Amino acid sequence: MDRRSFVQGSLAAAGVLAIGGAATKARAAGPIKIGAVIDTSGPLEVFGQNKLRGLQIGVDELNEAGGLLGRQIQLVHRDTQSNNQLFAQYARELTAGERVDVVFGATTSSSREIVRPVVNRAKVPYFYNTNYEGGVCQRTTYCTSTTPAQMVEPLLPALIEKHGKKIYFLGADYNYGQISAYATKAIAKAHGAEVIGAEFFPLDASSFGATINRIQSAKPDIVHTVFVGPAHGSFWGQWASAGMVGKIPVSSQTFGLAGEQLRMPPEVSEGIYVCLNYFEEVSTPENERFLTRFKAKFGSSYGYISEASMAEYQALKLWAEAAKKSNGTDADAIERAAKAGLSVLAPSGNVLLDAKTNHCILDMSLARMSGGKFIIEKKFAGVRPSNYGDQCDLIKNPNTNKQFEPKL
Amino acid sequence: MALVLHDMNGLLMDLLAITLLEIFYGIASLALISLGLAIIFGMLRVINFAHGEFLMIGGFSFIMLTSAGVNMWIAMLIGAPLIVGLLGIVVERVVIRNLYGRIVETILATWGLSLFLMGAASLLFGYFQRGVSPPFGTLKIGNYQEGVYSIFVIVLAAAVYLSTYLVLRYTKLGLIARATMQNPEMASSLGVAREKVYAVTFFCGAALTGLAGAVLAPIAGVVPTSGLAYIARSFITVITGGATVIAGTGIASVLFGTVSQLTAILTRPVWGEAALLLTAVILLRFLPAGITGRYFRNGL
Repeated sequence: MDRRSFVQGSLAAAGVLAIGGAATKARAAGPIKIGAVIDTSGPLEVFGQNKLRGLQIGVDELNEAGGLLGRQIQLVHRDTQSNNQLFAQYARELTAGERVDVVFGATTSSSREIVRPVVNRAKVPYFYNTNYEGGVCQRTTYCTSTTPAQMVEPLLPALIEKHGKKIYFLGADYNYGQISAYATKAIAKAHGAEVIGAEFFPLDASSFGATINRIQSAKPDIVHTVFVGPAHGSFWGQWASAGMVGKIPVSSQTFGLAGEQLRMPPEVSEGIYVCLNYFEEVSTPENERFLTRFKAKFGSSYGYISEASMAEYQALKLWAEAAKKSNGTDADAIERAAKAGLSVLAPSGNVLLDAKTNHCILDMSLARMSGGKFIIEKKFAGVRPSNYGDQCDLIKNPNTNKQFEPKL
Repeated sequence: MALVLHDMNGLLMDLLAITLLEIFYGIASLALISLGLAIIFGMLRVINFAHGEFLMIGGFSFIMLTSAGVNMWIAMLIGAPLIVGLLGIVVERVVIRNLYGRIVETILATWGLSLFLMGAASLLFGYFQRGVSPPFGTLKIGNYQEGVYSIFVIVLAAAVYLSTYLVLRYTKLGLIARATMQNPEMASSLGVAREKVYAVTFFCGAALTGLAGAVLAPIAGVVPTSGLAYIARSFITVITGGATVIAGTGIASVLFGTVSQLTAILTRPVWGEAALLLTAVILLRFLPAGITGRYFRNGL
């Protein structure tokens, strides 16, 4: 490089920096923008509508308390219509066009993997707040909801102790189901129990007669299920119609996340065990306050606020706490706060960010369906997220960018 | 020893009985979801791509009527077929009537209709619909239990096929319908009102589809995208069956129901679906006009 081009280059760089600085200043005057890519129409609206409402409650709370860092907060929502093709477009629009400070949302793992690279590249923090198979490891991506280990680790030992040691596993035939089966087997083994059968179903399977017959011959003590989507929902009716309700206890990792219990006849859902981070029935002062506010704003016909919707609200609180701590909203500021130790007291209990994995250590509740309602039977404090073979360590290797899987 | 042997035999018998029941149920549900499509395709040569949505609307009609307090059986056996049948008449009038004899255009038009109905159902009913649990109790066979509703579905499918056969074979209406389908020009020159016959046929096909949707709703549940789960299976059944409505669709249902259920029982559900598709591919390779293109040609 000769002297002239070096000078020109430096001048140009200085110019860019100056413009960049001016832009930052101009932005600082306006509101802080929160981007949300959430499906409020199409099949995934059963999750999305309350997810968005959870965020709206969080934004209202912050604004009423005078905003964040002295600025008001504005929620910019794009309805992704349960259509994966829209996620990339809207994620780009939010980060490049609206220049949001943070992105929340996506329900399915496939849509998350469309949003994540776009948001990561734009150097905007991304909060993914749905229970999933676990393993995403990237410094500016925060997965705040539950992973399989958090559901299964408290749930199975409790059921094994109560009902017996033979477990039958039914799951969706993709990585969430497969990885959950892996977690189930590992935890069963650690507690002297055994998975005597495992079956996987394509997402459009809606006929479970043969499977129910096989379960009847195998006579397990517990049936643990990871069903996904409306077609799989027909399992419950068929199970009940075969007279199996009350015969063999069934647990689920997904039941109730879309308010299924409200749409299912109580005699069908009777006795289903679920272990989740949050139920509306959780009794904490934070939850009482949240529910009062939620009902005041959205009335009483909102369906059910499940873990999937609560996770958005809790993630927003976590992000706001991080911004306050490091007095900034850019990716570095949020990361600094996350590494320094971040926790909030939320409706579900204490939510603590694990700096190593960017996942959350959560309080879990074990509930059982009775008369069409969840009855909480047991609580577990500080349950750690899945970290397969301890492979994710963002403190030691901050430049990791992949999704780890257990060796199946 | 004798006692043990007897027990073993008993267990085997139970397993056999429950397996047979599963297979019959598989056949019955396939036969039910395909019949309406077969009538519309076999008699009118119209490929109705909105067939899945007709099933879905049948299911929704049943659930809405039941939750509005209508007797469950009236909703299932009369309400849902009537609603979907009337929808069929409207569709025939507005869309199909102008497209008889133009297969590609009917496919496009009914595909558009399918997307429209799915969107409309999303807006009107959404994905928050309450389910209805299957009526009747359970049947105990040794160590196994099966819902009595499965047996109801099997009996109903048999009854529907039998009555459709009787109507086509022995009534004046059936005679006129068959004549019109065989040679529309000749029938019309003998004084048959062709358009009326088409409309009635479309009504019947749609009504049977509505009935099937309602019957399966308590078992499979209904959402606006439910039709997608049925459409492929019913098309494969009808196309493999060939142009003969009752014989073709019936035989294809028996064949596919047995193959897919047996495979699913012996291996895993995924392989059941795969076996169905594989059988269809092999059959259509050797019998491109469907089973009844070669055998039972003069059946109904």
